[in-house]
Amino acid sequence: MRLSQDPAIDTVAKLGTVSVAMFAFVFVVMVPLYNVLCDALGINGKTSSEAYISLFAEVDETRSIKVQFIATNNDGMPWAFSPQVTEMLVHPGAANDTVFFAANPTINAMVAQAIPSVSPSRAAEYFHKTECFCFEQQPLDGNGEAEMPLQFIVDQELPADIKTITLSYTLFDVTSLMSGKVASR
Amino acid sequence: MGDHHHGPAKGLSRWLYTTNHKDIGTMYLWFSFAMFLLGGAFAMVIRAELFQPGMQLVEPGFFNQMTTLHGLVMVFGAIMPSFVGLANWLIPMMIGAPDMALPRMNNWSFWILPPAFLMLASTLLMEGGAPAFGWTFYAPLSTTYAPPSVTFFIFAIHILGVSSIMGSINIIATVMNMRAPGMTYMKMPLFVWTWLITAFLLVAVMPVLAGAVTMMLMDIHFGTSFFSAAGGGDPVLFQHIFWFFGHPEVYIIILPAFGVISQIIPAFSRKPLFGYASMVYATAAIAFLSFIVWAHHMYTVGMPVAGELFFMYATMLIAVPTGVKVFNWVTTMWRGAMTFETPMLFSIGFLVLFTIGGFTGLMLSIAPADFQYHDTYFVVAHFHYVMVAGAVFSMTAAIYFWLPKWTGRMYNETMGKVHFWVSFIGFNITFFPQHFVGLAGMPRRIPDYALQFADFNMMSSIGAFIYGASQLLFLYNVIAAIVAGEKVSDEKVWDGAEGLEWTLPSPPPYHTFETPPKIEEQPAH
Repeated sequence: MRLSQDPAIDTVAKLGTVSVAMFAFVFVVMVPLYNVLCDALGINGKTSSEAYISLFAEVDETRSIKVQFIATNNDGMPWAFSPQVTEMLVHPGAANDTVFFAANPTINAMVAQAIPSVSPSRAAEYFHKTECFCFEQQPLDGNGEAEMPLQFIVDQELPADIKTITLSYTLFDVTSLMSGKVASR
Repeated sequence: MGDHHHGPAKGLSRWLYTTNHKDIGTMYLWFSFAMFLLGGAFAMVIRAELFQPGMQLVEPGFFNQMTTLHGLVMVFGAIMPSFVGLANWLIPMMIGAPDMALPRMNNWSFWILPPAFLMLASTLLMEGGAPAFGWTFYAPLSTTYAPPSVTFFIFAIHILGVSSIMGSINIIATVMNMRAPGMTYMKMPLFVWTWLITAFLLVAVMPVLAGAVTMMLMDIHFGTSFFSAAGGGDPVLFQHIFWFFGHPEVYIIILPAFGVISQIIPAFSRKPLFGYASMVYATAAIAFLSFIVWAHHMYTVGMPVAGELFFMYATMLIAVPTGVKVFNWVTTMWRGAMTFETPMLFSIGFLVLFTIGGFTGLMLSIAPADFQYHDTYFVVAHFHYVMVAGAVFSMTAAIYFWLPKWTGRMYNETMGKVHFWVSFIGFNITFFPQHFVGLAGMPRRIPDYALQFADFNMMSSIGAFIYGASQLLFLYNVIAAIVAGEKVSDEKVWDGAEGLEWTLPSPPPYHTFETPPKIEEQPAH
């Protein structure tokens, strides 16, 4: 394909197109591809950002998995944030419930977003959340408190060598994020 | 002579409005040398602070600004523009073209560079100081925690990215369309080949860098969350995008250096380059591999084992085409009638030291070992062996080699040799001990260190002062040659030099090859 009669201009037009395409490639391919790969493969300990639709499944009572909960505040986040229990023993396939507490000690209304991470990261794709406060943002009035529910299932397919799973939440202050959109995870 | 055989315009307007590839090449070279001295001054501050343990001269925040600006100025201001300058001067003369394909764009791609670096340097005077997040500007250091001057940094990167893209498009258009009749691709000098491939790399990855800084800009000012976990983004994404640019970038820096060495070693060995075709294919192979190894910079960030293994093996694979090149250079010298003028000394210095840098690179490519080396002075030593002893030595060799051709005047050979030996020794005193402190665990980018690293750091600093001072000798030698150097009467200058540029008078007239030269049957490389 010729873009110009002048061969030099033709080369320039083609290469210019390539460079514009590479700029677009970053936004329309690299970013979505990264997120898709992380979600699909559970890379980085990322758990799915959507509620798991639980299938009827046998509860595997032959083994118990220790699930630990960690709650961390991101830099500068003033809220009190903690799990009700720091660890649970669960059977793969069974649905489990727990809650996290959050309290806003300031006098201002604030909005928080919890970001989960699972360790070891290999376990991320076997850790299903049927309900999680991290699926949406948590607003709290000044001096407000909240109990935030979490319901999860550990998959029966979890590799046998994984005996302990750590679920860590980092709480971010998103009050100043101007857009009203709900964070995707 | 007809009217179009005019010389250059007079005064400042000559340089502002010039579309002549030789003028623009000269401006690129002087600009990059100025940036080399500026980046070098930053390095001197770093080494002075590290001369002794404890905090002596500068605040830790300022120290971080120095490491950041040193890296940015050296990579984007000194090394890259210097090779573009070399390309401007040499590619038209090597392929028998009258000028670059797009002379006006050429003027523009140079003249937007000085404002970009003025803007970058001016951040030093701004409130909150210059960027202090390292030349790799990882998010969130460069977004959430960045000083306000980061916006100026982002625009500077945008501008120099545009400059690089225009420069490379120009080079590709020139090589593909302006070769003299008979100058087939496989007759092109290797310097032209390596630059052609480099230019393709630049067109492919500079827009990726522009994308990365644009995302930073949007995260900082427009409320997006590409790299912010709070909004559903991921800081690790930044590292993937950055290194998808950053790894090809290191070959962008070193491939033209390979080209230079491939011109100089045959000239002083008085033999044609051994394995010309394999050199071309090896260059192309390195360029291809550079796109699939980026995550070897991120072994410790967190990756599945399969990913670590893939990036480890792919990285090791690069040693194969690079080895082809090193062996070809050595074989070119084998049984050659060698002489050791300054350009040859710098080329041999390049060969030895770059190979050491290549080996430490292989060590770093081993994922399990990298967990120890990551972010230590071992990495600093490694990349200075390939950037300084690789790119800068080859650039210095190129200046000594072609200066008599460009100016028609000879530099002082004795001073050149002194420059080489002082550089070579100073460089090794600076960077060799950094391998040891790195293996012993000294982290990079810190203004203070544990006492057991004191001796090696003092050595390093002394070496750096020696190396830095030797560059002033170089500057003096070049200026003295231009002003009052002995006139060169011979067109070839060096009796082993081959190629079209050596058929032109020294200095070449302002316009050359307005009628295409006849290409002999013998390949020109």
